[in-house]
Amino acid sequence: MGEMKKTRVGFGHGLVDAGEKNKNVVVLVGDLRDSTNVNFFAEKFPERFIEVGIAEQNMANVAAGLSLTGKIPFFTTYGAFATCRCLDMLRVTICYSNLNVKIGGAHGGISVGPDGATHQALEEISILRSLPNMKIIVPCDYFETRKATLAAIDIDGPLYIRFGRENVPVVTDKDTPFEFGKGVVYRDGGDIAILACGVMLYEALEAAHELERDGIDTRVINIHTVKPIDETIIIKAASECGAIVTAEEHQVYGGFGSAVAEVIAKNNPVPMEFIGVQDSFGRSGPPEELMKAYHLKAKDIIGAVKRVLKRK
Amino acid sequence: MNPFNLEIEKLKQKALDIRRDIITLLIESQSGHSGGPLSCTDMATALYFNILNHDPQNPGNPQRDLNFFSIGHVSPLIYSLLAESGYFPLKDLLSFRKMEGHLEGHPNCLHTPGIEVSAGSLGQGLSIACGTAYGIKMDRTERRVYCIMGDGEQQEGSIWEAVMFSAHYKLDNLCGIIDYNHRQIDGETEDVMDISPLTEKYWSFGWNVYEINGHDMNEIVGALKAANDCKGKPSIIIGHTEMGKGVSFMEGLAEWHGKPPKPDQGEKALAELGTTYAEWSERLRNG
Ligand SMILES: Cc1ncc(C[n+]2csc(CCOP(=O)(O)OP(=O)(O)O)c2C)c(N)n1
Repeated sequence: MGEMKKTRVGFGHGLVDAGEKNKNVVVLVGDLRDSTNVNFFAEKFPERFIEVGIAEQNMANVAAGLSLTGKIPFFTTYGAFATCRCLDMLRVTICYSNLNVKIGGAHGGISVGPDGATHQALEEISILRSLPNMKIIVPCDYFETRKATLAAIDIDGPLYIRFGRENVPVVTDKDTPFEFGKGVVYRDGGDIAILACGVMLYEALEAAHELERDGIDTRVINIHTVKPIDETIIIKAASECGAIVTAEEHQVYGGFGSAVAEVIAKNNPVPMEFIGVQDSFGRSGPPEELMKAYHLKAKDIIGAVKRVLKRK
Repeated sequence: MNPFNLEIEKLKQKALDIRRDIITLLIESQSGHSGGPLSCTDMATALYFNILNHDPQNPGNPQRDLNFFSIGHVSPLIYSLLAESGYFPLKDLLSFRKMEGHLEGHPNCLHTPGIEVSAGSLGQGLSIACGTAYGIKMDRTERRVYCIMGDGEQQEGSIWEAVMFSAHYKLDNLCGIIDYNHRQIDGETEDVMDISPLTEKYWSFGWNVYEINGHDMNEIVGALKAANDCKGKPSIIIGHTEMGKGVSFMEGLAEWHGKPPKPDQGEKALAELGTTYAEWSERLRNG
């Protein structure tokens, strides 16, 4: 394993990049300044940083109001609260009015670790995918999070960026291009395609590496933009590989895998397997142990690949 | 500058016209809310025709003041105010809640000019108004922000998050207006979930409070102007009103919160307001 970095630091640095590029960028936080890493922005642009206190519903709509004055607000809290606590605000005010509000969803996934289930956001994709006008990015590492955050200011309308708490492997570098809405093939192959978002991209690459030894030629695709999803790359993978495994650090019901399945079912039905949290809450533990306990490791992806290949 | 700047007597006449619009469009739609729109008419009329710096010919004018109706269900009133101001033709009012029109049951800002943000889920407007008022302060401009709320709506917790926020950030360019008609869907506000004492609550949160008769044009305009001059804190105008004001058989009755008058009831209501359905719908059709 190479370099490790936190995606939340990528978000924090991305906000500073965005703030430098556009003076309308404003950042709001609900008493989680350091753990969401908006502290970098707050130090650099104090006049554009708004502490809202522990009042997430108000924060969402204050961001909505700011957008009406031409600001590009990012409101930030843990993803569990940004989506579940603020859902009505997201739905009626922000999405129904199609306002230019960005949401920084911290503490995505089970790898949040010891804080346990209440703080491990596992539902954001399922929830947000059902809101018209909402866009969702789930970046895979520090650099991609940083780039996605900067890119977000040039994408009009509501947009959610999901990032995590812990150090995770760096799989891209500062020069890797980031194009919103476009999946990226990280490894070509013709026997099976693993489609991953977020930190699961690393696990997918590890799995592909192992599978090569068994003579299984694996394609790995990074789908950082979960909505709108890159249908072309998915359809191509289905027709060229004939079987698909999706991998997400999120509930499987209604999440990233479901989004891929919708495309597959409509265009080119092929056997699929879904790696993700299987309809249960998380729990406290060391992140790495939790990833194993919830079957989110390369080994689990390999198992899924072997199962799905039998159905090909 | 308000584009109409109507004085008191003209404001009263305009409020009467708006009540006639509300009843007429409800007769036509046979769906929608009567009570809240009528209780809130006088305060909203004063705002749109004497105070608010808005630009019906150019709704997105970047210099404009903004008003948010947090109570999206008073859409009959909202649409009448906008049509009477010239945002769209009066005849559009006759398509309220119909597929062929642009006037949704609860307002949609992407369809209807003059609506700042879509609304219909209670308790959200004040937070939005806070964000807008904050953004305007960042820009160091003089625009003002208003938010019209219901009394029952005050039961929503997130309103109080916004109340705290606006006092904390000294948003003196923000003025809230509460339609205190003491009625909501399930009955009297005092019985459903008492929100009193409202003046003391806002005062203790650090707001400047005006408690007025929400049907007295002099008091309404006086309070709105006084709020303009208040520095260092947000202002709230608590207007005591009557649900269904202007239509005797609706006044004070919670049952009129969410239903329209049947055609014969509507005709009776319009008679009390000094017109008929034939006359007023004709005015709208030609407007
Ligand atoms: C969040 C939310 N909960 C419930 C409703 C349903 N609802 C619409 S109006 C209303 C009563 C509002 O009471 P009040 O603010 O006093 O308005 P008025 O009855 O005076 O029109 C309710 C409960 C809603 N629109 N939004």
